[in-house]
Amino acid sequence: MSRSNADWQAVIGLETHVQLGTKSKIFTSASTTFGDAPNTHIDPVVCGLPGTLPVLNKKVLEYAVKTSMALNLNIARHSKFDRKQYFYPDLPKNYQISQFDEPIAEEGWIDVEVAEKGKETYLKRIGIERLHMEEDAGKLVHAGSDRLAGSTYSLVDYNRAGVALAEIVSKPDLRTGREASEYASEIRRIVRYLGVSDGNMQEGSLRCDVNISVRRSSDAPFGTKVEIKNMNSFSAIQKACDYEIERQINLYETGESVAQETRLWDEGKQLTKSMRSKEGSSDYRYFPDPDLGPIEVSIELQQKWKSELPELPANKRKRYAKDFGLSVYDARVLTDESSMAEYFESVVSQGVDPKIASNWITGDLVAYVNANKKDFLKLPFKPEELAEMIQLITDGKISGKIAKEILPGLLETGGSPKTFVEKNGLSMISDSKLIESIIREILEAHPKEVEAFRGGKTKLQGFFVGQLMKKTSGKVDPKLANQILLDQLRL
Amino acid sequence: MAIAEWRQKLQSGEVSSLELVNDQLKRIKLVDKSLHAYLQLEEDNARSVAKKIDEARSSGIDLPPLAGVPFAIKDNLCTKGVRTTCSSKMLENFIPPYESTVTKRLWNSGAVLIGKTNLDEFAMGSSTETSAFGATSNPWDLSRVPGGSSGGSAAAVASGLCMAALGSDTGGSIRQPASFCGVVGLKPTYGRVSRWGLVAFASSLDQVGPFTTNVRDAAEVLQVISGPDPLDSTCLDEPVPNFSEFLNDSIKGIRIGLIKECFNQEGISTEVKDSVLKAANQFKSLGAELVDVSCPRFNDGIATYYVIAPSEASANLARYDGVKYGFRAEDDESLTQMTSLTRANAFGSEVQRRILIGTYALSAGYFDAYYKKAQQVRTLISQDFLKCFKKVDLLLTPTSPTTAFKAGSHDNDPLSMYLSDLLTIPANLAGLPAISLPCGFDNLGLPIGLQLIGNVLGEQRLLQAAYQYEQAANVMKNCPEGNSIPR
Repeated sequence: MSRSNADWQAVIGLETHVQLGTKSKIFTSASTTFGDAPNTHIDPVVCGLPGTLPVLNKKVLEYAVKTSMALNLNIARHSKFDRKQYFYPDLPKNYQISQFDEPIAEEGWIDVEVAEKGKETYLKRIGIERLHMEEDAGKLVHAGSDRLAGSTYSLVDYNRAGVALAEIVSKPDLRTGREASEYASEIRRIVRYLGVSDGNMQEGSLRCDVNISVRRSSDAPFGTKVEIKNMNSFSAIQKACDYEIERQINLYETGESVAQETRLWDEGKQLTKSMRSKEGSSDYRYFPDPDLGPIEVSIELQQKWKSELPELPANKRKRYAKDFGLSVYDARVLTDESSMAEYFESVVSQGVDPKIASNWITGDLVAYVNANKKDFLKLPFKPEELAEMIQLITDGKISGKIAKEILPGLLETGGSPKTFVEKNGLSMISDSKLIESIIREILEAHPKEVEAFRGGKTKLQGFFVGQLMKKTSGKVDPKLANQILLDQLRL
Repeated sequence: MAIAEWRQKLQSGEVSSLELVNDQLKRIKLVDKSLHAYLQLEEDNARSVAKKIDEARSSGIDLPPLAGVPFAIKDNLCTKGVRTTCSSKMLENFIPPYESTVTKRLWNSGAVLIGKTNLDEFAMGSSTETSAFGATSNPWDLSRVPGGSSGGSAAAVASGLCMAALGSDTGGSIRQPASFCGVVGLKPTYGRVSRWGLVAFASSLDQVGPFTTNVRDAAEVLQVISGPDPLDSTCLDEPVPNFSEFLNDSIKGIRIGLIKECFNQEGISTEVKDSVLKAANQFKSLGAELVDVSCPRFNDGIATYYVIAPSEASANLARYDGVKYGFRAEDDESLTQMTSLTRANAFGSEVQRRILIGTYALSAGYFDAYYKKAQQVRTLISQDFLKCFKKVDLLLTPTSPTTAFKAGSHDNDPLSMYLSDLLTIPANLAGLPAISLPCGFDNLGLPIGLQLIGNVLGEQRLLQAAYQYEQAANVMKNCPEGNSIPR
């Protein structure tokens, strides 16, 4: 489709709901376990039975404040809970306890590294408007038919109702689908580093709604905003944004207008489709929840929680590039999970070359961990053992090839690579007299080839090396082998 | 019979707990047909608890403070396994799987649940006429209302159908019926008593308190139900003093304020005013100092209240939608229709009126003019009180502008009934403790109540002054003869 010009700019903001991973719900002691039989993690408070009252789970406040700190938000001196009212059967009280005009934290930012194939990676600071705490709703299960449209009745499961959420609202600073997905994955990385959420998008512990509009140039007024829901992965966020940008530009280009509405991302068809109009927006009749007192986090408590924050991924990335001389890509991969970063740092602390350590971890180890759904910090093969293996290679005690061969076994069982190599006779043959005698035997066995080599057919060097490796099961340092071989052949 | 007297009888073996329970049940069957104070009786439970108390007594075990005291509980307090209806069709068959904190504390102190008492639907009303299960009558004149919303509890205590009762007070729902029925009713400081298990009407105003025949009993019951509760974040984390400690102490030198704006109100009957002023003189003769004080926004309380209380109620009652429990309209075609019909059929007109008022006051475009403004006035009212308590220790007012009115007299003008809470509402808005106790009778022989308002957490002082007055004035001894109270 042709374009009038290339100045169109998309304006994207994200609302991210993060389920805080506390064992119990935000206002009661019912369990937050996911995936169990319907209505097994409920109690009178969850169900909104008459006479029940909410009491704030202190761990939720801690998690929300820590997350706010990691997002460079200002923690409010005074904050409160409000009731957001609307009738829907998944909402037991027909109001949601949320935070309206006095959220726990406001005005922050994160630095997001935007990397895309074929484009230069760049760093972008994304503003964050606010973070507030609220309770999750339950789930409706539509029954009586295979399809939603034909369902004859609905069942409600309140297991999820009352699970603590932190809603993080970005500023409209994002411009592309890639930026949006990078922002979302950085949020996920941060909450996982903090240990406040598993950030699992498939299970819904991290959910993103996108607000998106386009305008003809960066100084034009904002266009009509469309909300997109139902994206279950970062790539879906990127694709939904890119699809929506195109759709909106095309509408404007063809003289049509963009409707203010909520759209759903259809993963199967790879497009967004209209869900409901947002005209005449809902009136939630917010007012302060009289059942819950004001929220005040003392300076002492703030300092305590601040001191408990781990090093965050953005800083790690910066440090890895600067201190270890790693590439942007490697630093990114290594810091994606805090467990991997921790493993890496333990290996490096043993004094091995960070680049070599990085290659092993981002190569064979990640492959193994991902394929077997393991956790780096629970691997039987400890960081010191990987460091020892790398040292054996560096010292010429084993070849890289041998290392690759023995690694799968070591990953399963752990143990000292040095001991393993010695026990299985896998050490390199470093005795040059021994290598000389083996080469002599090979040359004596192949007089024709020796003749040909000496006659100028130097390509045959590879043949002799091959024979040597075969005889020694690859335990000879190729450099040393070539040197001795040439000495012998040129005699 | 007062609790202390009963305790002595129980311990001496003069009367067993079971005998008392049986006696109460017998009396209820005789009298409550005409009163309708109770919605349901817990006969089997009462007898079995009484038997345990008697066994404990005979085996010499120390008895808890309220052992064997027969209690009536307003039916908006959740009782585990016992129907809790709020006098609404909506909760006609609702059986809570949990016990309210206040009743749990009563039972742990040996009190015996006799039955659940009638109230205005969801505690919304001042006459117990909006109950979905029929009105309660005033024991002093059956053609009159017992007040409300805790009319059932007040009538039960007044006519000896229990020794003490619990009610809830959002705008006067304990004190006004106590006044109408000639008993003692106490609304504690907001947060003194846990609200866990009290079905919410207006959460920032609701407070549970006792109905008793005398002030000392009120102190004893308050002692048991007060104190911090991890299940209620609005319950104050304050130690509970001994409320009976200073009852016998003289109130010499105590300063009692007479609120100018309140006695100048036109709506207050002369008989009521005179009776309360006579009581003021009694306080004076006991050594108290009377001080005229001004509480300029006292009379704005009612307008403020009728924005804040319905606003909170509109959210609190949203949960009754026919989905999870309670009444459900069956002739539904859609979810929205099911919910609408459920609420239209199961809520009475007063409840619907207040939900509508509250929904309106919280709506976009009206919030600032109504809800927010009302909260500002509420703050000003609290500040007025604070200023008063710099000059005085307690405030004295009538409890209600009139004595008990005729049933049905406000049917055509529901707003006129709102005025009967004029004098009680300000204490709720400011979260202050207040007590109503009898101070005289009108020319029809109907009881008149006075109200004492204390400072935040000032229940000790409040009870002391009330007790001293009660002992000196001996109002009930001068009870007119020939009234219809079925004693």
